[in-house]
Amino acid sequence: MSNRAYLDAASAEELHPAAREVLLQALDSGWADPARLHHEGRTARLLLDNARAVLAEGLGVRADELYLTTSGTAAIHTGLPAVAAARRRIGTTVVHSAVEHSAVLHAAASAGTPYEVGVDQSGRVDAEAFAAQIRQPGVAVAAVQTANHEVGTRQPVTELGEVAAAAGVPLFVDAAATVGHEEIPGGWSVLTASAHKWGGPAGVGLLAVRKGTRLAPAWPVDEREDGLSPGHPNVPAALAAAAALQARLTEAEELGKQHRAWIAELRTRVAAEITDVEVVGDPEDRLPHVLTFSCLYVDGEALVTALDAEGFSVSSGSACTASTLRPSHVLAAMGVLTHGNVRVSLGRTSTYDDVDRFARVLPGLVQRIRAEVGM
Amino acid sequence: MTTLDCRGMLCPLPVIKLAQAFPELAVGETIAVLADDPAAATDIPAWCRMRAQELVSADDGRYVVRKLS
Repeated sequence: MSNRAYLDAASAEELHPAAREVLLQALDSGWADPARLHHEGRTARLLLDNARAVLAEGLGVRADELYLTTSGTAAIHTGLPAVAAARRRIGTTVVHSAVEHSAVLHAAASAGTPYEVGVDQSGRVDAEAFAAQIRQPGVAVAAVQTANHEVGTRQPVTELGEVAAAAGVPLFVDAAATVGHEEIPGGWSVLTASAHKWGGPAGVGLLAVRKGTRLAPAWPVDEREDGLSPGHPNVPAALAAAAALQARLTEAEELGKQHRAWIAELRTRVAAEITDVEVVGDPEDRLPHVLTFSCLYVDGEALVTALDAEGFSVSSGSACTASTLRPSHVLAAMGVLTHGNVRVSLGRTSTYDDVDRFARVLPGLVQRIRAEVGM
Repeated sequence: MTTLDCRGMLCPLPVIKLAQAFPELAVGETIAVLADDPAAATDIPAWCRMRAQELVSADDGRYVVRKLS
């Protein structure tokens, strides 16, 4: 299997070696309930506090501004409604971009009255329209991602943060695509992230809430995480997530530079060597490690399967690859081709050889699939 | 006007059928595609843009395309 190239780091990155070591140790030392006052409980509590301190430092927040949840999705599903509920007297509108992660769309629909702001063909939200909507009366919260998880385009978070602050509206920022990879923009009131995107274990989400932002959880609350994540926390996983983030952040600059250059090369080669291909997302103002393109007349599922058989693991936003048989709402909002879609995303163990082989193998596969349908 | 009934077909099939029918059309002529796959709502307009052809209308699963070149 040495020839396999895992090019789906934006879905999940393999466990960072630093996290693996910490996880194994913490499984033995951090299993007890950190809410208990006995020796084992206090040990677990110490480890949890340590994890929170490291994760908070990684995000640039205070430890008492950071809640640990059971996933990035859970952080969104609790955080967004809790912020909206605290502002019920002001209004119920939840402004969001059309290309937010489905977790944000689902949370927005259950938290209030969603107002969707469109994006341009590169996937960037219309900042003027978004700002105008924030200034409307009755807005509970506005939600925008740091960068798009499917096409890599960065969003104007800092700019929208200034508008939101001036209007007194909390800005909810899904930073899952960015944390561990690039610097997090400022201007947000609430920020969420997910550990398995930076080489931490699955099952750890972060919900950072700036002091002064009010929350009103509308579900049964316990004493854990101020009621934002009920139940006994997974201390070993939290500690491993912290170790992974710490390690990943020291590597981020170098990896980012490398990934940015390789993705730029791949972008050029895909566009040059395949006919009728639409490379999507902003070519410059983007995440370093993500490239997305769609091939005309190609079945996305067939292409993902053919690439897998050649040793390449990629994801796709094409309808045929989704359980719902609906195309990616991100590609649809951008108005770009949704079939024949492939997302390549590089991780910390990706090599130039992976990228180069991918660029050499892809044109033949596309040609073969097109030939099968007479194109 | 020619009508391609692509109802029941999943993308990229409606777009492939449209592309395959195109050489038969004269410049300026229009063709209608009936497609109920939700992806067609994005992909037929995207095909027109990529191929520099005109999307005349897109209503309720009926797409009318004019050949420009």
